[in-house]
Amino acid sequence: MSAREEILRRVREATAGVEAPTRPALADSGPVSVDLFADRVADYRAVVERCTTDQLPERVAAAVEGRVVVPAGLGVEVADAIDDDQLTAAELDRIDTVVTEARVGIAETGTIVLDHGPGQGRRALTLVPDRHVCIVRADQVVADVQDALALLDHARPLTWISGPSATSDIELDRVEGVHGPRNLHVLLVED
Amino acid sequence: MTATFVGMPAFPEAARTALADTQLRHNLAHATTTIRDKRARVVAEVADWEDLRVAGAAIKDATLADLEHHLVQLEAAITAAGGTVHWARDAAEANRIVADIAKAHDADEVVKVKSMVTQEIGLNEALAAEGIAAWETDLAELIVQLGDDLPSHILVPAIHRNRAEIRQIFREHMAAAGRPAPDDLTDDPAELAGAARLHLREKFLRAKVAVSGANFAVAETGTLVVVESEGNGRMCLTLPEVLVSVVGIEKVLPTWQDLDVFLRLLPRSSTGERMNPYTSMWTGVTPGDGPQEIHVVLLDNGRTNALADEVGRQALRCIRCSACLNVCPVYERVGGHAYGSVYPGPIGAILNPLLHGVGSDPQTDSLPYASSLCGACFEVCPVRIDIPEVLVDLRAQVVDAHRGDRRPKAESLAMKATGAAFGSARRLALGEKVAGLAGRMLNRESRPPGGSAWTGARDLPVPARESFRSWWKRTQR
Repeated sequence: MSAREEILRRVREATAGVEAPTRPALADSGPVSVDLFADRVADYRAVVERCTTDQLPERVAAAVEGRVVVPAGLGVEVADAIDDDQLTAAELDRIDTVVTEARVGIAETGTIVLDHGPGQGRRALTLVPDRHVCIVRADQVVADVQDALALLDHARPLTWISGPSATSDIELDRVEGVHGPRNLHVLLVED
Repeated sequence: MTATFVGMPAFPEAARTALADTQLRHNLAHATTTIRDKRARVVAEVADWEDLRVAGAAIKDATLADLEHHLVQLEAAITAAGGTVHWARDAAEANRIVADIAKAHDADEVVKVKSMVTQEIGLNEALAAEGIAAWETDLAELIVQLGDDLPSHILVPAIHRNRAEIRQIFREHMAAAGRPAPDDLTDDPAELAGAARLHLREKFLRAKVAVSGANFAVAETGTLVVVESEGNGRMCLTLPEVLVSVVGIEKVLPTWQDLDVFLRLLPRSSTGERMNPYTSMWTGVTPGDGPQEIHVVLLDNGRTNALADEVGRQALRCIRCSACLNVCPVYERVGGHAYGSVYPGPIGAILNPLLHGVGSDPQTDSLPYASSLCGACFEVCPVRIDIPEVLVDLRAQVVDAHRGDRRPKAESLAMKATGAAFGSARRLALGEKVAGLAGRMLNRESRPPGGSAWTGARDLPVPARESFRSWWKRTQR
């Protein structure tokens, strides 16, 4: 008997006659608050700046440092930026800042989700450089996790980001910055 | 790595050694107090926390009740998305599959995302025996691996180490594994994390094969989910060409939207945050982004034993948050090593006997007794596992498994004697007379002979001089 058949047989025998309980319905999430989103992101010790579309180019220019890489489809011009043309991981490691957009922001948890579509780049792009400047539009912010899941396409790779890389592995003391970007700079655009 | 849980003494003996280590007790008390406070703060923010717990338990129970269907669905969805699904009955079979995949790519090393299941199956040791180095990339796992130590906590495996000890481990052992620690390394946590960043980066950049577990596997979509803090997970899940994920069969969730409840329950229960810094979700292969070869190993390794246990199957709801460890008065004092398993604490005290079965190994049989049954674990469990209920049921199973022993335990003799005494009015009256005599002779400090194992930590009330029945007889005539 193959491992697959044997495991499925054991599962079948172990669950014979077991009734599935009904799931209780949960309350819908409340109204969306962009202020809450800004507060909750900042609470992770990320930098949050609010600006208008007109102000965005100058805010981006002020937020970047050193060598900058941008994904295809980014909606804002970044001076002297390198376009990501399948750079190797080692090449990305020599870049200081990446500028991207996002797919959705979650107010309750202060989370930004990337689906790595146009303007966001492949996953390695927002991982290897040490500074991530992320542009989130106020109309992309939803109230809670369930609203984000409803908008996201599971077929795409997804990265949920809540603050900069961190660890609590030494005496459960939170330290920002291990392997992911140690600096997360969020530009929240509202007109 | 030579450190192993194999051959660990039973809990009472191991606990005695741990209790004598004052540094360990100090480190644990500090860490568990910190995390308890953090958890309590963020849980209090959620108005419908209890509804979430009930929903989490119900989703898991419903999934387990129809597990065969969900596993078959998961396999089909992963395969349709370009991944390859393997099935492993036990640890040896899973290790064989991972080693064969690494060898097929001529890899002599793999990078690893922190995963409980690969520790459970001893993957690192199995790969080492095949000449493949497995590098742990989570900071705490790195501390454990470099120090040739054993994990002592589900979330923070190096919780028993303080910053000074970690600095020492990095200074002494990093060089042998790759980039050495800086000469001027202090014990500042940020500096220690920085040293780990530099040490591991070269490994991330060159690794061809990565190994992960998964926190959740969504049956309807074939999506795997890994939650983490440091970004080492993202490195492993993104940069190598080949990704192998070892996933326990109980990790499956039926639908995409089911993630909602668990992504809200897990971070708050685990690290005491509203959300963990990074969550990665992937469905098979994405052309041009991340690993182009994806394997998923679905593992049983005793889970179907647990599933067949009517009371104990609720332990398979566990999402490995470790909240029960942090609130447990026993864990707080003895630490994780005394439980002799990668799953320590209250959940380990039920999970290990359920996975391995009782009656064959004294260490496993000792675990259901490693609890005061205070119930704090049940109160914090995000999926409402009634750990005390399972502990009590497992104690009964341990007793049943030892009924035929040639040398019965003292407790079993005492129970037999009690049974005989209570079985007949005449014998009970006789017993009461003897106890009354003893009560007249003993004072409160006295200990009955042979009972020191019980009375070493408890007061035994002095028997009444006169039993109720003799008082009744005397006064009602």
